Amino acid sequence: MGMTITEKILAAHAGKKQEAMSQVFPGELIEADLDFILGNDITAPIAISEFESVEKEKGRELDVFDKERVALVPDHFTPNKDVKSAEQCKILRDFSRKKNIKYYFKIGEMGVEHALLPEKGLVLPGDCIIGADSHTCTYGALGAFSTGVGSTDLAAAMIRGKAWFKIPETIKFVYNGTLNKWVCGKDLILYTIGDIGVDGALYKSMEFCGDVISGLEMHDRFTICNMAIEAGGKNGIIEPDKKTLDYVKNIAKRDYKIYKSDLDAKYADIREYDMSKIKPQVSLPHLPSNTKPASDVDNIQIDQVVIGSCTNGRLRDLEIAAEVLKGHKIHQYVRLIILPATQKIYADAMKKGLFDIFLESGGIISTPTCGPCLGGHMGVLAEGERCVSTTNRNFVGRMGHVKSEVYLASPAVAAASAIKGRITDPEEIKIK
Amino acid sequence: MKFKGKTWKYKDNVNTDEIIPARYLNTSDPKELAEHCMEDIDASFAKEIEKDDIIVAQENFGCGSSREHAPISIKEAGVSCIIANSFARIFYRNSINIGLPILECKEAVKDADKGDILEVDLSAGTILNLTKNKSYKSTPFPQFIQELISAGGLMKWVSKTLPPVKGD
Repeated sequence: MGMTITEKILAAHAGKKQEAMSQVFPGELIEADLDFILGNDITAPIAISEFESVEKEKGRELDVFDKERVALVPDHFTPNKDVKSAEQCKILRDFSRKKNIKYYFKIGEMGVEHALLPEKGLVLPGDCIIGADSHTCTYGALGAFSTGVGSTDLAAAMIRGKAWFKIPETIKFVYNGTLNKWVCGKDLILYTIGDIGVDGALYKSMEFCGDVISGLEMHDRFTICNMAIEAGGKNGIIEPDKKTLDYVKNIAKRDYKIYKSDLDAKYADIREYDMSKIKPQVSLPHLPSNTKPASDVDNIQIDQVVIGSCTNGRLRDLEIAAEVLKGHKIHQYVRLIILPATQKIYADAMKKGLFDIFLESGGIISTPTCGPCLGGHMGVLAEGERCVSTTNRNFVGRMGHVKSEVYLASPAVAAASAIKGRITDPEEIKIK
Repeated sequence: MKFKGKTWKYKDNVNTDEIIPARYLNTSDPKELAEHCMEDIDASFAKEIEKDDIIVAQENFGCGSSREHAPISIKEAGVSCIIANSFARIFYRNSINIGLPILECKEAVKDADKGDILEVDLSAGTILNLTKNKSYKSTPFPQFIQELISAGGLMKWVSKTLPPVKGD
């Protein structure tokens, strides 16, 4: 019987590659070898403390399973926002030093983890990856099995290099048609979550394919896989093609392997979408599934716009925002915060002149951080304030006060909304 | 393992930002986290929770981020177990890994109201609603998960598998 790409990667990592019967089945529990693992300044301190509690119990020091396959990225509350976060970040730094962990990224080198690790060639096609961060599913865009876990899973993986998984069923999402102007990966995934709901893919793998996906560049593919978790998905995945290989060929730090789904692979469901019918989307408060075309949203006044994050903080996202903002001033009562997701994206955006456009429009540019996405710092909302954000969650109180509101959208919709001071379809903006 | 406690009932899709808002994630101290547990959807929870109380929720409990602070804050608050129609998968893993019992049982969820006294027998997988005088059977965990739980969580299990001295 045929297997999906997710099943093939998990089978290979469960030590089944040498056997003639190399099959895994949905529902089966396996223990898989991990190619790469990561944690951040919120999740790693707990993992480190768990790691150290095992050392204490055993009465000896333990090494991490592989010093070149662990990344610790302090990106959520960095640059350290207060004494408590400084102490959390210090735990990562001290542990990395003590254990000689190669991929610890301080500010100046760091970036938002899910933009940073692909950019550094640390996560690759065919990999089996866990990260103590829910958006670890992002790397599925490279044709890897990658999923978010908690701190204890990370601690166990740092010791053993393994994790337990239940083989998920897979839902296949097929996108056909031609994308309308301004419609991008973000609109595609918001629309999909709107269609299936925030638990529509619970415990399942989401495999994205079709002509539209083949035509999308890597930044859009990362955005799509990044939000698989918002539909409850275990992982999001896109089969590697020429674009994937072009992306990784000069940056890969290790060998990698291409897997593809068999034609007779079994799917729990197959859903098809005609993207020609989809317009730029917005997810209204307080669930990512609460989607609507931006043009159908009534006059909703906004106070802040955030463009950045592991979902939409890549160079192309910033270029699209700049295309909309060029020659315009943002609304008098709107704050525009732009966060290039990594140090490299920051430098590239500056070299390309994007910063001039952002600054002239009235926006500000922040150093890379997850900050405002989770109401951490660098743009927290007051009671009653509304924010259009290119991030991934619009839960109650997500970006600040419990009575604030978050509207999720693409960089183009976010930029257009910043100009008009209300939720706006980019079609309304004169491109200069 | 048996627990008896009163019900705290919640809706579908209770997310990790509601269980423990990110503004408190600059610490991983369980006590401090427990003080803010459920704060944004139920300010009375952290104040009035009693040891062994039980959270009952509908679909997709614990959706959102991977923060283990969510099950940690619930466990530290004194909750003995969570019964829901379904759990978000990272929350499910995290709860098992830290030894916070969770059960899936639609019928028990449907009938339970806030304040009902429930009695849960974890090894038998049975739930009694003593207020309504009804009993239910929950979906059993797979074998491997039961092993993790009986070992006392993932790290205890990992520790057991490690040799006491390097090279052994």
